[in-house]
Order: sequence, then C-alpha cells, then structure tokens
Amino acid sequence: MNNALAISTIVIKELSRRKDFYVLFIMTAIITLLMGSVNFFNLQGISKYLKEICLLLIWISSLAIALATTARQIPAERENRTIFPLLAKPVTRWEVVVGKFLGCWFACGLALGLFYLFFGALALTREGQFQLGGVFQAWWLHWSMLAIVVAMTLLGSVVFAAPSSNVTIVFLGVASILLLGRYLHKIAVSMTEPGQTLLSICYFAMPHLEFFDVRDTLIHEWSVPWWACGVASLYACCYTLFFLVATWVVFRRQALN
Amino acid sequence: MLDHWHDGYSGMSTILKIDNLRVEYRRRELGQPINVAVNGINLAVETGEVFGFLGPNGAGKTTTMNVLLGFVNPTSGSCALFGVDTRQPIARQRIGFLPELTYYYKFLSAEEILRFYAKIFRIPAGEVESRISEVLKLVELDNVRKRPIKSYSKGMQQRVGLAQALINKPDLLILDEPTSGLDPVGRMKVREIIQRLKEEGKTVFFSSHELGEVETVCDRVGIMCAGQLKEQGAVADLRQRYQCDLERVFLKVIGYQPAHG
Ligand SMILES: Nc1ncnc2c1ncn2[C@@H]1O[C@H](COP(=O)(O)OP(=O)(O)OP(=O)(O)O)[C@@H](O)[C@H]1O
Ligand SMILES: [Mg+2]
Repeated sequence: MNNALAISTIVIKELSRRKDFYVLFIMTAIITLLMGSVNFFNLQGISKYLKEICLLLIWISSLAIALATTARQIPAERENRTIFPLLAKPVTRWEVVVGKFLGCWFACGLALGLFYLFFGALALTREGQFQLGGVFQAWWLHWSMLAIVVAMTLLGSVVFAAPSSNVTIVFLGVASILLLGRYLHKIAVSMTEPGQTLLSICYFAMPHLEFFDVRDTLIHEWSVPWWACGVASLYACCYTLFFLVATWVVFRRQALN
Repeated sequence: MLDHWHDGYSGMSTILKIDNLRVEYRRRELGQPINVAVNGINLAVETGEVFGFLGPNGAGKTTTMNVLLGFVNPTSGSCALFGVDTRQPIARQRIGFLPELTYYYKFLSAEEILRFYAKIFRIPAGEVESRISEVLKLVELDNVRKRPIKSYSKGMQQRVGLAQALINKPDLLILDEPTSGLDPVGRMKVREIIQRLKEEGKTVFFSSHELGEVETVCDRVGIMCAGQLKEQGAVADLRQRYQCDLERVFLKVIGYQPAHG
C-alpha cells in the first residue's frame, strides 16, 4: 500500500504540473455563468432547466477528465521508459496498477468536488437554499461511479495499444450504459432467443453506471436514502476491484519493451 | 534453504545466476521469422566481483538484463538474483539498476525523484535527505537538484540514473552502459564509483562498449555475440590466452576480420 500511495502522489503531481487542471477553471467559469443567469431570466422553471444543463456539463466533463487522465498513464510510462527504473525497484505490478488507479481517482474526486461545490454555492446564492446532504450524496455517488470508469480505462490501457482507441471504446461503452443500461432488460424481454438470453446476460453482468446518476433527485430536491448510497458504494467497490484485478492479470506477465 | 547456493570454495557465493537462458521475440506480423535475442547462455557472477558484459550492438546484452529485472520473460531457462527467481519482486530490494536509455519523470526534480524511490525502498525518514544529498554530490548534480529533469542535458539525465541506482546502497548493481553520453570526466567518475563500490564489497554487473574502461575496472568479462556467450573469464587470463589486449580479444571472439591484412 505504501508503494501504491507513493505512485499515486506522482500521478497527482504530474497532473497538477502538466496544467491539466486548467480545464477545471474553464468548467467552473461556465457553471458560474450559467447559474448566474438564473435571476437574469427570472422565469418560472428556468432555474431547474439551468441546473439540469449544469449537471449534464459536470457529468460530461468528469467523464472526459477521468478518461483523459487515466488512459495515458501506463502507456506513457512504457513509452517514456520510466516504467523500467520503477519496476527495477521492489514494486509489484499490482502496486503499479493500484497506484495509478488511486492517483487518477483522487484527482477526479478533487475536480468533481470543485464542480459540486460551485454548483451548490451558486444554488445557494441564487435560490437562497442549499441542500448540503443532497449535493454531498450526488458527489459521492458520482465519484463512486468514476472509480468504475477509471478502473475500466486502466484495463483498456493495458489491452489496447493506442490510448486514443482505448478512450473511444471506453467512452462509447460508458455512454451506452448510461443511456441504454436501464432499458436493456426491457429490450431483452421483447426479443426472441438467443438474443434474449444474450442481452439478459449483458444486463446482469455489466456495471450499471446509471444507478449512480442522481441528477433528477438533485434538481427536484428529493433525496436518496443513505442506505441506498451505501449499497451503491459497495456495488461500485466490487466492479472497481474486478476491473483492477483484470488489469493486473493482463499486465502481470506483459513483456515491457 | 540457500545452502545449495554456495559453491563451497573460499566462501564465495553466487549472487547472479543465469541458467540456459533463451529469449525469443515473436514478431506481430505473420510469416516473420522468430528473432532469437538470447540463445542459451549460462553465467554466474560471484559476490564482490565486477563483471563486464560485452558484445557488439544487438548481441543481446540489454535483453539479458531485462530478464534479470523481470521486464521480459524468458522463453526457456531461468535467472536468479541472491538465489531468488527474478520474477519475484523481492529479488530487487538490494539491487541498483541503471536502464540503457535513461528517462525519468520529466516534471519532477532530481531530489523529488530520489525521494520517491527512497519511499519505495522504505528508507527510514531520518536518513532520506542525507542519502539523497550524498548520491547527488557523488554524481555532481547537487547544484541543480531542484530543477525539473526536463531541463537537464543527456549526460545529466544519465547521472540521475546513476543516483537512483545507488539510493538504496545496493549490494548488486546492474548497469546498462553506465558511461554512455557522459563526458570524459563523467566517465572517470563512474569508473571511480565502480571501483569504490568494489572496495566496499559490492558486486557490479555492467555492459559497456568502452573496452579500455572495462579493462581497468573489471575482474571478469563475458563476451556475447548474436545471443550467445562466446567467451568468459578473468581479464588477465584472456589477455594471456590470446596474447593481446582486451580490444583485440574482443574482435577475435566476435570473429571480426580486419579489412587490411
Ligand atoms: N522488443 C523487441 N522486439 C523484437 N526484437 C527485439 C526487441 N528488443 C530487442 N530485440 C532484438 O534482440 C536483439 C538483442 O538486442 P539487445 O537490445 O539485447 O542488444 P544489445 O546487446 O543491448 O545491443 P546494444 O549494444 O546496441 O545496446 C537484437 O537483434 C534486437 O533487434
Ligand atoms: Mg543494449
């Protein structure tokens, strides 16, 4: 764990020094502008609509950040040959995988925290109320979902040769789960065999990222029960672990040159 | 458990052992021939020895070292360091390794990178800073220790490589062309470092194309050619056997025919 943490701090150092976090400031600026214009329009219902756009932007940019930072981690280590002095130390490849994961996931969590903080703060100034619990839940669930995405991307980065193809494939996968995931079972039922079985297997095996999408509850100021948050975290934990172990299994015996 | 490892004579023990190592590179494209980089070599390096690993370009030196570090899997045969199979990470606790083409995290400074590696070696916190200063002074990077590595020259990066290989006070150093890219003073320095390590009883296994330097610092050399270990022995022995200097021995062993007479 010591080694994995050391590796993760290097990941975060790199991200901060490569100025990747500038994207964040642009994003927060956009959110600020959007939320700031709520009063300007001063129309019934427009505030909910703007919140929705804000949250959609947060979702898209968080996925972009997670994919962009994770996909190049291991390929860049190999390309720049920095993996050689690293693995010449008493470091296992499992520790490298976990370290990379932790670094990227922490970085995503920070970025996400910033987004939600702005979102919450602006909701407060514009609407005069702030649901701390709701925003925190949304952040936590979103971050748990990103753990699965980061682990998936890590697996992709040791399977596919080019980071760009990895990003494309993982993005398509994540987007289709988010958009179609919940309907897949219904589609399956209406199909004939063997399509039905295949689609059902898909439905039960895939990580249901859409479970973590609580944008509607946040907009309508409903709330998610805390036990459901706990179950969702556990669910995310299982899939993350599965993808990390899969990454290690592929990476473990890979020749590095 | 390690008893069988000792050879029995004069208390010497084998620190690095290569058994019938064969490494093939398979090409991705179909129909390409298999490339045999290392073809059945046997080698043993004793504790306290300085071993020079020689051979022309493409002989398989780097490939052999990559197997020793566990980066490349042997097609057949095996390697062991300190009696532990090289596939186990624990075999690397007491090793310093300098890769062939040295690249480090460009966004870090020399001292940051050494701090990172020190953490991995679990060097006690109280010792870390003094150890870093020590190795940085040794490789003469003390005055630029806070600058990011991307601003270093090639030779300076090579020195970072040497510094990180020494940070854990290793018992065995594996250096792949440690003097490449260094100026004459830097080379002299590396030679002095190797000699000093030897006096401290450390073992050094290094590859080089500088036969003059190999002749001065090595106890024994092995000469590889086309994946095979063609010759090995003490430098003095080889010189006597072939009746010429190491450079000529090398050329003879690899079968080089001079163009004129
Ligand atoms: N990744 C690889 N894929 C295919 N062939 C490789 C690969 N790496 C090395 N080789 C081949 O293996 C052989 C040995 O290469 P190696 O790098 O071990 O040589 P070397 O002795 O270190 O040479 P040099 O003195 O130039 O560093 C060469 O024929 C090389 O073409
Ligand atoms: Mg080489």
